[in-house]
Amino acid sequence: MSRVDLTPVAKPPTARPQGELRRFIQRFAEDRVALVGFGLLVLIILVAVLAPVIAPQNPYDLGKVDIMDSRQPPGVKAGDGFTMWLGSDGVGRDLVSGILYGLRISLMVGVISGVLAATLGLFLGLTAAYMGGRVETLIMRIVDLQLSLPSVLVALILVALLGKGVDKIILALVVVQWAYYARTVRGSALVERRKEYVEAARSLGLSHARTVFKHILPNCLAPVIVIATVQTAHAISLEATLSFLGVGLPQTEPSLGVLIANGFQYMLSGKYWISFFPGLALLLTIVAINLVGDRLRDVLNPRLEK
Amino acid sequence: MLAFIIRRISQAFFVVVAMVVLVFFGTYVIGDPVWMMVPGDATQEQIEAVRRDFGFDQPVYVQFFKFLGDVLHGEFGRSYVHGSSAINLILDRMPATLELALAALILAVLIGIPLGLFAGLKPDHPASRSIMAVSILGFSLPTFWVGLMLIMLFSVMLGWLPATGRGPVVSIFGLETSMLSLEGWRHLFLPAINLALLKISLVIRLTRSGAREAALQDYVKFARAKGLSQQRIVGVHILKNILIPIVTVLGLEFGSLVAFSVVTETIFAWPGMGKLLLEAIQRLDRPLIVAYVMVVVLLFVTINLIVDILYSALDPRVRLTGTQS
Repeated sequence: MSRVDLTPVAKPPTARPQGELRRFIQRFAEDRVALVGFGLLVLIILVAVLAPVIAPQNPYDLGKVDIMDSRQPPGVKAGDGFTMWLGSDGVGRDLVSGILYGLRISLMVGVISGVLAATLGLFLGLTAAYMGGRVETLIMRIVDLQLSLPSVLVALILVALLGKGVDKIILALVVVQWAYYARTVRGSALVERRKEYVEAARSLGLSHARTVFKHILPNCLAPVIVIATVQTAHAISLEATLSFLGVGLPQTEPSLGVLIANGFQYMLSGKYWISFFPGLALLLTIVAINLVGDRLRDVLNPRLEK
Repeated sequence: MLAFIIRRISQAFFVVVAMVVLVFFGTYVIGDPVWMMVPGDATQEQIEAVRRDFGFDQPVYVQFFKFLGDVLHGEFGRSYVHGSSAINLILDRMPATLELALAALILAVLIGIPLGLFAGLKPDHPASRSIMAVSILGFSLPTFWVGLMLIMLFSVMLGWLPATGRGPVVSIFGLETSMLSLEGWRHLFLPAINLALLKISLVIRLTRSGAREAALQDYVKFARAKGLSQQRIVGVHILKNILIPIVTVLGLEFGSLVAFSVVTETIFAWPGMGKLLLEAIQRLDRPLIVAYVMVVVLLFVTINLIVDILYSALDPRVRLTGTQS
C-alpha cells in the first residue's frame, strides 16, 4: 500500500482512485465464505429495514394480536389466516414479525452505539497521538483501565446505575467500546504523525485540527474499519445479553434479546421456538458481521499481502 | 526488578482508588434508595428515621469519607434488601462462582488443547477445518442463548442433566465444593461448559498457532531425528513450549470468567455472586453492588499484577519497555 507516500503534499488521499476500489472489491470477493457472509448481512439489513412492509403482522398493534394465537408451534395458521412459520410467542405475536422488528432494534442500537463510540474513540485517540505528553498519558491510562475490565461487567454496572431505556443502553455500549477505537487509532496515528505529508501540511500553514482530521485521520481508517465490524457484532451481542438479563431494553422496545428472554419461561415446558428462532437470527447476524470483518482484516492488512 | 514491582503495585493501587471514587459517585446519582426500603404507606417520620439510620441525611463528602473509611476496614455497609453485611453476602456466594469459573477453565483446557493441537499439527485434515469453523462459531455464539439451548437439549428434551441449581456440596478443608460427587458434577457440567465456550475457542486458536509455529522449530526436527515417537514429541516437547502463553492468557481470562458468570449463573440458577449481583441491580441494592464491584476489581487487579510480575521475571524485556514510558 504505497498510496500514502505517493501523495505527500496538498491533496489528502481521502478519495481512492476507482481502480483501487475495484481491486479492493475483487480481493474481498476472492473468499467465498466472506461473500456468503456479506450477502447474508445485506439480506439481514434489508429485511430489518423493510420489516413494516414484509412482516405478516405488526407486533405492536394490539388490535392485530390475538391472545388465542399464543404459544402456537411453527407452521400453525393464525386467526387472521396467515401462517405463522416460526410459531408465536406468549401473548400471541407472530414470531417472524417479532424477529423482523427485533432485528431493527438490535441493529439500530448496535450501529448507533458503534458510530458514537467510533467518533469519541477516534477523537480521543487522535488527540492522544498528536498531542503526546500528559494528555496522551491521561487518555491512555483511562483506556487501559477501561480495557482491563470485562465489557459485560462494565455495561451491567452502568445500566444498573443509569436505568432502562434505549438511550441508556446506547450510552453504556459507547462507554465499553470507545477505548478499542482510541487504542487502535492512536497506534496508527503515531506512525502517520512522523510521515512527511504531515510535516508538509503543517508547513503549508494548516491548522492542527485540519492536519489531524483531514490528513492523518483518513490514513488511519483501515484498522478502524476492521475494529468497527468486530465491535458492532460485539455490541449487538452485548445488548441482547443485557436485555436478556432484564436490565437492557424494556418490553416496549423488543430487541432480539428481549424476545429470547420472553421465551425463557416457556422453555422448560418444551416450547423451544419462542427463544430458539430469535436466538438463531441473532447468531446469524453476528456470524455474518464477523465473516465480513475477518475478510476485511485480511484484505486491509498490508502485511498479509503477498 | 524491585522498582518495577513497586511501580506496578502503586499503579494497581491507583486503579483501586479510582474505582472506589467512581463507584461511590456513580451509585450516588442513581437516586434516593430510601424509597426502596420503606413500605409504600410509610409516614414522613419513618422515612426520616430510615434516612438517619443509613446516614443519608449527611452531606455528600461526609458520606464519601465514611464510605472510604468503611472500605479500608473491608466493610461496605448492610444490604438494603437482606439487611446483613454486604461483603459477607458476597463472600458467602464467592466459592460457588469460583468453582464454576474453575470448572470452566478446566473444561476449556481439556477440550481446547487437544483440538488445537490436532488442528495445528494436521492443518489440512478435514477435521481440522471443522475444528476451526467450530471455534469461529464459538466466538460468535451469544453465551446466554447457548445456555438456553443446552437446557433445552440436555434437560428438557433428553432429560440427562439437571437444568438448575448447584446440587449437593461436599465440605473439604472448610470449603464446600460440588466437584467431588457425581451428582455435583451433573449439576456443574452444563453451566461450566456454557461458561467455557468462548474460552474453548480461544484455547483452540492459541494452541493451534503455537503448535504450527513449534512444529517448524529446530528442536522438534532434532527430536524427530533422534527417533523419538510422535507421541513424545507432541506431548513433551511441543506441548511444554506452547503452554507458557496459553497459561498466561488463561490466567488473565479467569477474571473475565468470573464476570461472565453473571449471565451463566442467572440462566442456570447457580447460587454464586453473579446471580446475587443481578438481583441487587434489579432491586437497586446499592451496598451489594458496590461490594461486588470492589471484590471483582480487587480480583482483577491482583490477577493482572501477578501475571505482570511473573512475566517480567521471565522476560526482562517487559521491564525495560516499562521504564521508557
